[in-house]
Amino acid sequence: MLKGRGGGFLFQLIALLLAFGFVSLILLSVNASPVDAYKNMFTGSFGSMRKFAEVLVAFVPLLLVTAGLLVTFSSGLWNIGVEGQVVLGAIATTWVFRYFLESSLHPAVIITLAILGGMIGGAIWASFTGLLKVFGGVNEIFGGLGLNFVSTALTIYLIFGPWKRPGVASMSGTVPFPAEFSLSQLAELRISPWALGIALVGIVIVYFILQGTYFGLRLKAVGKNFRAAYLLGIPTWQYSMYSFLICGALAGAAGAMQVAAVYHRLIPSISSGYGYLGLMVAMLINYKAVFAIPVALFFAALNIGSIQLPILMKLDSSLSGVLQGVLVLFVLLAEGARQKFSKKA
Amino acid sequence: MNIELKNIHKHFGKVHANKNINLAIPSGTIQGILGENGAGKSTLMKILSGFIQADAGGEIILDGKPVIIHSPADAIHHGVGMLHQDPLDFPPMRVLDNFLLGRSGGLFPNRTTVARDFKLLAEQFDFSLDPDSYVDSLTVGERQQLEIIRLLWLGARILILDEPTTGISASQKTKLFATLKKLAEQGMTIIFVSHKLEDVEHLCHQAAVLRAGELVGEIKTPYVTSKLVEMMFGKEITLGERQPAQAGEVVLSFTNISLEDVRLKIKNVDLQVRAGEVIGLAGMEGSGQGMFIRACAGLTRPVGGRVQLNGQDLTGKSYHTYKHAGVNFLPAARLEEGLVPGLNLTDHFVLAEEPKGVFIDRAAGQKLAEDRIQSFNIRGTPLSTVESLSGGNQQRAELALLQSPLSLVLLEHPTRGLDIESVIYIWGKLKERCRQGASIIFISSDLEEILQYSDRLLVFFSGKVSQPIDAAATSVEELGQLIGGKGWANMGDEHA
Repeated sequence: MLKGRGGGFLFQLIALLLAFGFVSLILLSVNASPVDAYKNMFTGSFGSMRKFAEVLVAFVPLLLVTAGLLVTFSSGLWNIGVEGQVVLGAIATTWVFRYFLESSLHPAVIITLAILGGMIGGAIWASFTGLLKVFGGVNEIFGGLGLNFVSTALTIYLIFGPWKRPGVASMSGTVPFPAEFSLSQLAELRISPWALGIALVGIVIVYFILQGTYFGLRLKAVGKNFRAAYLLGIPTWQYSMYSFLICGALAGAAGAMQVAAVYHRLIPSISSGYGYLGLMVAMLINYKAVFAIPVALFFAALNIGSIQLPILMKLDSSLSGVLQGVLVLFVLLAEGARQKFSKKA
Repeated sequence: MNIELKNIHKHFGKVHANKNINLAIPSGTIQGILGENGAGKSTLMKILSGFIQADAGGEIILDGKPVIIHSPADAIHHGVGMLHQDPLDFPPMRVLDNFLLGRSGGLFPNRTTVARDFKLLAEQFDFSLDPDSYVDSLTVGERQQLEIIRLLWLGARILILDEPTTGISASQKTKLFATLKKLAEQGMTIIFVSHKLEDVEHLCHQAAVLRAGELVGEIKTPYVTSKLVEMMFGKEITLGERQPAQAGEVVLSFTNISLEDVRLKIKNVDLQVRAGEVIGLAGMEGSGQGMFIRACAGLTRPVGGRVQLNGQDLTGKSYHTYKHAGVNFLPAARLEEGLVPGLNLTDHFVLAEEPKGVFIDRAAGQKLAEDRIQSFNIRGTPLSTVESLSGGNQQRAELALLQSPLSLVLLEHPTRGLDIESVIYIWGKLKERCRQGASIIFISSDLEEILQYSDRLLVFFSGKVSQPIDAAATSVEELGQLIGGKGWANMGDEHA
């Protein structure tokens, strides 16, 4: 068994090298130096404390989304609707903040309520996908994808409709909230230790749910063999719903962080694609919670590191996306190759 | 078309599914293929129709020419068409579209011509099929008719039918037989695979019997039924010491139960099972016993009648209610339904227990797994995933998952594919449960096993259920006849 795991690591290392090699070829084909590109990406993310703080700002929602997806993947569900669940978390958080704008409650209470509201909003949105799946027979991929579009439309409607800025509505979002509605940040840096803490707590809880509880074991049984799990006496569809709710709550928390700790308002692209990126992280770590932190950090660093590329090298910053996508593909490919080899052995 | 099969062998891993089969079928013949489940009938037909290939050395000769059939499409190219037991059609599509499928060539089919061909063929055999209706609105019999004319249209000169009379009405059967006879007169070769003696006797010019992968005999009309039964089931049966039950209180009671699925209807069954009793369900696969045992588990809801367990009314309740009431069901498909591949033995034992708190006590789970592994003699470790175990050990693992105490244990093919040592061991464990007051209902296609271990048994044939038969008072021959659909007329009076 140990040998199998060691072998798996070797294959993943090969996949990583292949991915970088492949992206290097793309860079060479446009006459850009791969070495410079990687170097710029590295300094762009780890070059200074400020930059590293930016990486952490991206890391927080990505880690929360990944944590949620680990739960749905464990129960055999492809919760692609996680993107919309992030958005609804952000919308619900904004709604709570707006509701308490004139309130005399202590800001800490309001922020707590807003985050909880975001989690509930994400969970409710996820439950739609779950209900469609369980009672309507709609595959969660289709249901989730559809609801993602609805969530985007809803954001735009709110920003240009009921929640528009006084005077003229704008793509820059709703009116920013007063400063006391922000999760406190480190001096001179954009990262809030509170947000970081919440994200870490999220992944740790998920780790323990999946590793050590009856609930987690049952989720896994449902995911690996729905029919046998039912025959073993597990209430299967209820467990599917629970996993949607948990994932939705964590995605909602990610949305809440985007509002309370980063943008301080609702903007059209509030989720920044972290839902989809989280899917890639979850696939890359082969649904194992222990690897979520390093890999999510790595992906966040790629995202932030590539921001400077257009200025420094006239390369588009979507290079990070190319690298991430290629990496996932090669890792999946390597996993397939590994299984084929281990079968022959 | 003349068919000759020479030296056909087929191995699936260690299983020798076809052993040196030699069979010649002249053009215009209706050839019956008889045999019990697992005798090798389907394997042989799949080889002829290109689904699988025979081991090297075998030959298929059509009209004197040796051919190699790579795929079903290849088979139809050579004129071999197969009608499967479950029609391989596309229910959400229209009849005409189904008819068109499988026709090669042409990007845009000429629907008008095709519709005309379809109409002509349907009229020729007196089939009333609406080309514009959807396939899922058709009965099994009508889907069969569609498949027959489709294969003929594609140029089939040999028609293989696998258990075609299961699930169709009496009038459809009459029409099917008339069609087959007509086709044979036109020089088609028909291969009719069945376990129904009566059908084979009525229809086939000659019959070949397979048993345990071997061709054990060929007979021409007229047939002697007892001879066929003997060939199908073998003769030498050695019964060990039977252990009759000390029947206790009534555990399970079926009153006037009716069951239904798309293929079969079971009507008005009454049954009372007592504590400590073992009931065997005999019959060819798909005769209704699967549906029946699932109804005992609460997985299939009866369309009529009442179910009581230990005096408690469970009619229409869910499987999980049955489970809580002490009913456990072990399905035949171990890795598909019984166990969770990817999880290890410890995980399974922990899952089967009532949770204690939120967190799993790993040490206790490990201990539990070690105990069960030892007491059930499973060759594996607490960390072995279930798919890494052998079939016999998977079966033991399933048994080790049974909760305690239990009122009723339901088993599908509890010992299929297991070596004799495992069989004896597993039945030892099950009989132990009986002594503790549980009742057992099990399905088996092994008549010896049924006679050996059950106290009473029910025979299923096309949804008909016999009265309970005392296992001590019957024989393999009598059961074989009943399973093949013979001797049902006087059943009702004898055992009522």
